[in-house]
Amino acid sequence: MLAFILRRLAQAVVVMLTVGVIAFALFHYVGDPVVFMLGQDATPEDRARLTRELGLDRPFYWQYAGFVARALHGDFGFSLRQLRPVSALLAERLPATLELSLAAALLALALGVPMGVYTALRRNAWLSHLLLAVSLIGVSLPTFLIGILLILVFSVDLGWLPSFGRGETVSIGWWTTGLLTVSGLKALILPSITLGLFQMTLIMRLVRSEMLEVLRTDYIRFARARGLTDRAVHFGHALKNTLVPVITITGLQLGSIIAFAIITETVFQWPGMGLLFIQSVMFADVPVMAAYLCLIALFFVLINLVVDLLYYAVDPRLRIERAPAAT
Amino acid sequence: MSNLVEHIRRLQPELARGASLPRIPLRCIRATMLAVLVAAVCVVAGPVRAKAFIYANQGDTLSMDPHMLNESLLLNFTGNIYESLVGRGRKLELEPELATDWKRTSPTVWRLNLRKGVKFHDGTPFTADDVIFSWQRARGEGSDVKTYVGQIKEIRKIDGHAIDIVTTAPFPILPDVLTLWRIMSKSWCEKNSAVRPVDVRKGTENHASNHANGTGPFMLKSRQPGVRTVLVVNPNWWGKPEHNVTEAQFLPIANEATRVAALLSGEIDMMEPVPLQDVQRLRNDARLKVMQSPELRTIFLGMDQKRDELTYSSVKGKNPFKDRRVRQAFHQAIDIEAIRSRIMRGAATPTGLMVAPGIQGFDAALNKRLPYDPDAARKLLSDAGYPSGFEVGMNCPNDRYVNDAEICQAVAVMLARIGVKVNLMAETKATYFPKVLSRDTSFYLLGWTPGTYDSHNPLFAVLSTPGEGGQGQFNLGAYSNARVDELTRAIGSETDPVKRQAMISEAFKLHAEDVGHIPLHQQMLTWGMKNNIELTQRADNFNYLKWVVIR
Repeated sequence: MLAFILRRLAQAVVVMLTVGVIAFALFHYVGDPVVFMLGQDATPEDRARLTRELGLDRPFYWQYAGFVARALHGDFGFSLRQLRPVSALLAERLPATLELSLAAALLALALGVPMGVYTALRRNAWLSHLLLAVSLIGVSLPTFLIGILLILVFSVDLGWLPSFGRGETVSIGWWTTGLLTVSGLKALILPSITLGLFQMTLIMRLVRSEMLEVLRTDYIRFARARGLTDRAVHFGHALKNTLVPVITITGLQLGSIIAFAIITETVFQWPGMGLLFIQSVMFADVPVMAAYLCLIALFFVLINLVVDLLYYAVDPRLRIERAPAAT
Repeated sequence: MSNLVEHIRRLQPELARGASLPRIPLRCIRATMLAVLVAAVCVVAGPVRAKAFIYANQGDTLSMDPHMLNESLLLNFTGNIYESLVGRGRKLELEPELATDWKRTSPTVWRLNLRKGVKFHDGTPFTADDVIFSWQRARGEGSDVKTYVGQIKEIRKIDGHAIDIVTTAPFPILPDVLTLWRIMSKSWCEKNSAVRPVDVRKGTENHASNHANGTGPFMLKSRQPGVRTVLVVNPNWWGKPEHNVTEAQFLPIANEATRVAALLSGEIDMMEPVPLQDVQRLRNDARLKVMQSPELRTIFLGMDQKRDELTYSSVKGKNPFKDRRVRQAFHQAIDIEAIRSRIMRGAATPTGLMVAPGIQGFDAALNKRLPYDPDAARKLLSDAGYPSGFEVGMNCPNDRYVNDAEICQAVAVMLARIGVKVNLMAETKATYFPKVLSRDTSFYLLGWTPGTYDSHNPLFAVLSTPGEGGQGQFNLGAYSNARVDELTRAIGSETDPVKRQAMISEAFKLHAEDVGHIPLHQQMLTWGMKNNIELTQRADNFNYLKWVVIR
């Protein structure tokens, strides 16, 4: 098991290095930050000097090597836009993104799984049809449109929930949380629905089709023949056996949620890493973009690792197959 | 209010003595106390809350350091905290700020008397030493406001509250240029190792980036970069407040729809800019109003007049833009009224000049466009040897000016009517500016706001032949007229206002006759706010809290 984790971590390093190479190769095309770092009255000589001193005139692999060398010392550079250390900027924005992503993922799971089960068990109920129809909207509408619609209804028309920001936050060490204040919780509702809606419909549809599949299998028939209650059959046997793909998808989707929080954060002016990334792209703030992309790559790798470990917990077959090989 | 306080006061000693306790049940007293307290809090909180001002912009001010970036949002926001020697009023007129008066004592020497009794927010008094320190800071490494102090050779301290500013050459617009150079506290900067603005090359943080200590009407209370910056009123400000804001929150909301929604839902008091497509919607809302007025920025088109063959064109072996008739044909092919009414939805003032009203040197008599006349334009083109037109590439930003890409699209369509096929390349400012600044363009759209509020600035940076020290560096098509260059040099040091104006007018007239650039319009500032807000929309897009009144 330890060897497995170590191997995965080694892979993580390779993934992050690769992401870094690709990122730096692309940065050449995002523009020149020096134009914005100096006002309009700076002379061309000033600009050229700053470009040279920042090393932006050097080829990308050279810049990349410098980035990796500094990153190994724990120095992720200096934001060219905000003139603050990148690590501090990301640390400041990380809690907002993680809270939003986890809230969205929990929402998706907490609603998606029961809805999936319901629509599988009561296939012809009108509520099932309604849920399936609504889920189609969730899958097909783009995130920013959902966000704007929610703002229009719940902020502008009804005035119940804030349209932007994170509300009041409380600091616990370096972590800031919006979960402990009323305004923070209210501010979380619309963005997490926006971000989680797609995942929720995805999970619902996945659970539904897996359930339908499993319910047709022999052991369910035998379970019924044994006279087990519906409850035990549905939740003890059927649902449990649908969970492996659900865990895979949910896990991978959590990575996407964190990565694609960019759009939701932009719509709701949510002060997370995604918003920081978008602002950095518009400014061609290379150090922030590089660090963000590597961090997201790290998240993906870690989440994949956790998903793999969860398989062991959920699926006994994996443990059995592994056991003889280990001895 | 006083009754309530009186009531509580009378109640308290009795309760303390326990005198009336036996007669009134405890629960009743508690309830009464609570009710009184709630009422009292409401009464107290009422007017205070009414004077909190929450406003949003599409971007955040990047720093609290007034010398870090020569950019209007940063200069505007930090201008609530820091002040300059010379200020500008609601109509951009010069007015005393930290200097009470100024006069020229010789062609290159200005005597300024400094305001007495002014204190920085940390309580230290403001003196001539702070001015000299701020000059050194602004001209030093890491500063982006060097342009405002670049002409200063020396600042002599006469006494604690009088200085002589010596310029390298006669410099008639010194007071104008001083308005955006803010004064910082010498002792505070030295104590907090903020003697220089933060330098990205050094990679160290700077106290002044997120803290502030100025002399202005507002003090920094808290700052979360990119999220929220809170200012509170400075009770010891030297001036007489014309505002009633006790606390102000500044929020960046980048997404246009969200920013509009925040105003519609009443979460914020004011925001800018209002997207043009939402102006009518805000106007229709009885609780809101929209303020529009022309900005100082002039939007114009430029053409490569230097290369012998255009980089992006179907014409080979020669450069059609070298022919004045082609440039004039382009000018006359543009239906500026259609751009104003359709693309800009009325929020633009067409212009024939490269500077806006409000800029020193603006000459209303010269502000005439050539008439829109496609037939004349076609004739000019065929006279120039292009009866069936030609193809040309056009560069355009799509996120820098109001509806910039749409303007370019409209221009492309209008030019198609005279046979010119435009290959439009609209892109984000992060890639657009590096490209056009390296002059990798044949035809482009640009906007210019003179940072000095004076015509010399665009004459030097946009109309002069490209040369040393930033001369003509935004003259991306390298328009060149030796007489304009000569006049620009003379305008820089001419101290007689009448002669100076004559030279400015002559330079603009020559440029217009050459059709050196094609001026289009001044875009409108468009701000949305609640009905109970009164403020001053200054033409340089500054919104000072010292002029905000909440009814």
